Order: sequence, then C-alpha cells, then structure tokens
Amino acid sequence: MKGQGHDIDMAVNIGGLQLKNPVIAASGTFGFGREHTGFIDLNRLGGISVKGLTLEQRQGNKPPRVAETPGGMLNSVGLQNPGVRAFIRDEIPFLRQYSIAIIANIAGNTIDEYCQMAEILSEADIDAIELNVSCPNVKAGCMVFGNTAAGIAEITELVRKRTSKPLIVKLTPNVLSIPEIARAAEGAGADCISLINTLLGMAIDIETRRPILYNNTGGLSGPAVKPIAVRMVYEAAQAVRIPVIGMGGIMKGSDAIEFLLAGASAVMVGTANMIYPDACVRTLEGIEQYMESHSLTSIADISGKLELNT
Amino acid sequence: MAKQIMDTVLRVEELTEDIYRMTMSSEFISKNALPGQFVNIKCCEGEQALLRRPVSICQLDRGNGTYDILFQKKGTGTALLTCKKSGDRLDVLGPLGNGFDLNEKYQRIAVVGGGIGVFPLLFLLQESKAAYKNAYLGFRSADLIVLEKEFGRSATSLKIATDDGSYGTHGYITEILKKDLLSCHYDMIYACGPTVMLSTIARIADESGTQCQVSLEQRMGCGFGACLICACKTKIKSDAVDKDGQWHYSHVCKDGPVFNSKDVIFD
Repeated sequence: MKGQGHDIDMAVNIGGLQLKNPVIAASGTFGFGREHTGFIDLNRLGGISVKGLTLEQRQGNKPPRVAETPGGMLNSVGLQNPGVRAFIRDEIPFLRQYSIAIIANIAGNTIDEYCQMAEILSEADIDAIELNVSCPNVKAGCMVFGNTAAGIAEITELVRKRTSKPLIVKLTPNVLSIPEIARAAEGAGADCISLINTLLGMAIDIETRRPILYNNTGGLSGPAVKPIAVRMVYEAAQAVRIPVIGMGGIMKGSDAIEFLLAGASAVMVGTANMIYPDACVRTLEGIEQYMESHSLTSIADISGKLELNT
Repeated sequence: MAKQIMDTVLRVEELTEDIYRMTMSSEFISKNALPGQFVNIKCCEGEQALLRRPVSICQLDRGNGTYDILFQKKGTGTALLTCKKSGDRLDVLGPLGNGFDLNEKYQRIAVVGGGIGVFPLLFLLQESKAAYKNAYLGFRSADLIVLEKEFGRSATSLKIATDDGSYGTHGYITEILKKDLLSCHYDMIYACGPTVMLSTIARIADESGTQCQVSLEQRMGCGFGACLICACKTKIKSDAVDKDGQWHYSHVCKDGPVFNSKDVIFD
C-alpha cells in the first residue's frame, strides 16, 4: 500500500513465522475461522491462532460459560474442541483456502499430551504451534505449567524437542514475574512468546448468592485488561530478544499500536471478534492509517519505540 | 446468512413494568428473518455494555420493512435500550439461529410460552399456515401479561394462566396443556420459556406422543457460533441417555435456539 509516496510494508517475521501483516485472530474467539467468513474476507488477516486443541475431543465446561464484567467478560468455556486429529482432518483443508498463517494452539492435560500433540502437529500443514500453558478453566493440567519459570521451561523444552515448527509460548499473567517467565520460555527454546492470556476472575449473582459462571471462576478478557497486558508486554519485550506477540483488550487500531510501541512485533485480537465480527480487519486498517498519517513504512518503525518518561 | 447492520429505531414503548417493545426499521431483517430467530444487539457504542444482547424477534412486518423486539429491562444493556429514541441507529447482528420448523404438514399446532418467553411465539403464529393454532401462555401475575390482544388475534384459541390466579386460570399453563392433550391432538407443540417449564413441556409432549420443539436460552458470547460459550447439552442420538459419550454440547446460537425436545438433556 502507498502512503505519502512510500510503500507501506505490513509484513512481519515472528521467529520464523512469516506474516503478511501483524494482525492475528486470537485463540478461542474465532473458532477455526468458519463463522467469520460470513462477515469478513479471511485473507485480510495475517494469521489465525485456532481454538485451543487437546489430544482428544473435549466437551468443555457446564454453562453458564460467560459473565460480562465492567469493560470485559469472564469466560469458562473449558477448551471445548474437536481434538487435534479432527482439526488436522477437517479444519486445515478449510483454512488452507486462505492465504493466512495457521497457528495451532495446543493445551494438554498432561505433559505427555503436549508431547504427543507436538509430534502429531509437526507432520501437519500448519505454520506454527502456540503453547497454551495458562488456561484457567481446566481443573487439571495446563495451569500447572504456566505459573512458574521452572514449569514453563520444562514444558517448552519437551515440546521444542518434538517440533521444528516456529514455537510460540503463550504466557499467563497470573504470575509474580513476567520477565522471569519470559526468559524461561526463551531459554528453553521458544521462538516467540505471546501474552497475555486471561486473568483469573469471579462474578457473583447477588440474588442467587452464587458465581455466575458454573465453573465459579473464569478468565477475564476485553478492554478492562489492556493496561495490565500493555505493561506486561513491555516487561516481556525488555526481558527477551525473541519477538513478542501482544494481546489483551485490543478493540481497534490504536490499541494495537500501544502494544507494538510497548515492544510487540505482532498482535492478537480476541474478545473484540465476538462483538464486532470485523474487529481484526478494523484493527488492521487502524494500524495502516496510523502508519500512513505518521509517514511510517514498516512495522519495525513502531515496534518497541516506546520512550519512558523516567 | 446473518449480517452486521445498522437498523433504525422507530419506537420504544413500555408495555408493562420493565417490559418494553422496540420497533426497528430494517430491510434485511424484515426480509430474511424467520420465527424463532434472534438478533444480537450492541446496546451502546462503547464498553458500558460490552457484549451484545440477544433478543428474539417478536413480530415482523415484511411489507413495511419493520420488526419488533420485546425485552425485559434487567441490566445495563437492556437499560440502555430503553433510552433509545426514534431515529437512533442500532448496531445489530442478525438474523441468527435456526428458527422453528413450520412445515405445512403441521396443521394442528400449539404454542406454549412462559413469561418473556412468549414473544417469539407471536411471530410464529403470524407466519404459520396451520389450520388450528392454539396458544397457551403462562405468566406469574396479571401485571406481567403482555400482547394478549395480539395473541388473541393470531391464534385460534388463547388460554392464559397466572401463578397467582390474578388473571385467567390459577396455576401453571403446562397443567392446562396436559389436560387438553387428553382429549385433543397436536401435530406439533412449540415452546419457549424458562428451562424448568420447557423440561415439563418436553415430558408432557413425550408422554402424549406429541412432537415438540423448544427454544432454549443460554448466556451468549458472539451469537454466531464462533466462541462456543452458549453450550447446551444434547443427545448425540435421539434415544441416548444422559451418560458420558452419549451426549455432547451443542450451541444455542448456531444449532438452536430451536431444538427437538427429544434431543435436549435438561439438567
């Protein structure tokens, strides 16, 4: 695209994953892309991180699975998904009709499941694996790994051994030190980190005196989490050399720019897709407009260009 | 196929305490919507009510290009809707969901509704070409009754019951339906209302060997099938039982909201 006489290059390379633009649909809000085709041209996206996959099909949690909160929402979907094999068989062929990067988001109940999925997906026609070690809605399993540097290092190392696909580790914000966790992922071989996953929260129905979510607690997402997410992306980008994908409450282009300035090389748009089916495209166009009006020619002109006051 | 459109508010009126009717102008919705379908409405531009609110379509005028939604003022989103004025534009996703099966072979039908669940049944009655359309409506009390005239005009017969006996028959409308089924036959029962009521109707229908469609409700996310939030338990095969491996989670917004009552696991 042209801006002020210069060509704008929206392409980014994220640890070996080549994207035509920095906007990715975040896992869990976009299914496998099918439902959004009625509203947008999927080709506009840089990539899609598909619904979190488990080894076997998962039904997910008992409803209610959502509670709206000020400027956000809690979800406790619980990783309902058809299982990794069904994804490979049914969804990859569908997605390959489009020129977008396919990122397989995986969550395991056990270390062994992560390893098995990594092996299976290594043979599949996908562009990257995103390691979900931070799903707050599943009683056992992945939560255990994501909260400590040691846990992150362990699972990343094991998955790293089993795949040469670009490996993105998705970090949970429910930790004491993001820099420590980020460095652990990098040290264990992650090509890239993405953050933040949801924050653990609760909403109570004061008439029934029970939590609204049947699961009692759930993951908070949406505009309410953006300040935390931006701060954490900044901290993570300062701590590691590998690229960072930023997410958390992005509704439009200006939100994405904040994450890029904080140090992200790409962004993921999540909750917004549920409200505005064209949220990813609007975000992309917002980024393009910003670049044009500031006479910028590449995403590198924005990434990490934050200047602190003190 | 659903679209994201800007519809125009024509009129907002309070029918009874906290129950409002909003008339919208929309060529797309009025042309394409079917009874049982709903719209997912963004009640404000910003984040005050972040998620859309799903509301069933209550009445539709294909000729004039308008549709009515009725809703209860309950929380932030619906409160915002009550403040809309004629001429305001609303961001609407729709029409969504699968709608009732109005096959013309169903010539003797009953619609059974409870409380605010009655609204989509009016649309059904107005579109149905059945020869006999009997309406059974249940409300908690007389001051919560709405659309009695409209139902009266669109149904062959109308029976109303109130929990407290302040209007119509004192008791549950499901008891009246059960009694009627002893002496008359319906090709199809269409039901919409609280889950407990739907469960009762499903049982009554099953016991009388009557086919039944229920419109389910569940807290929603996107409303168009992408987020998997509005899960509801359904049998994998109609004769299955509520046991691991024999049920799965369907979703109200894309597999429903209308389901064959035999396929639903009420728990």
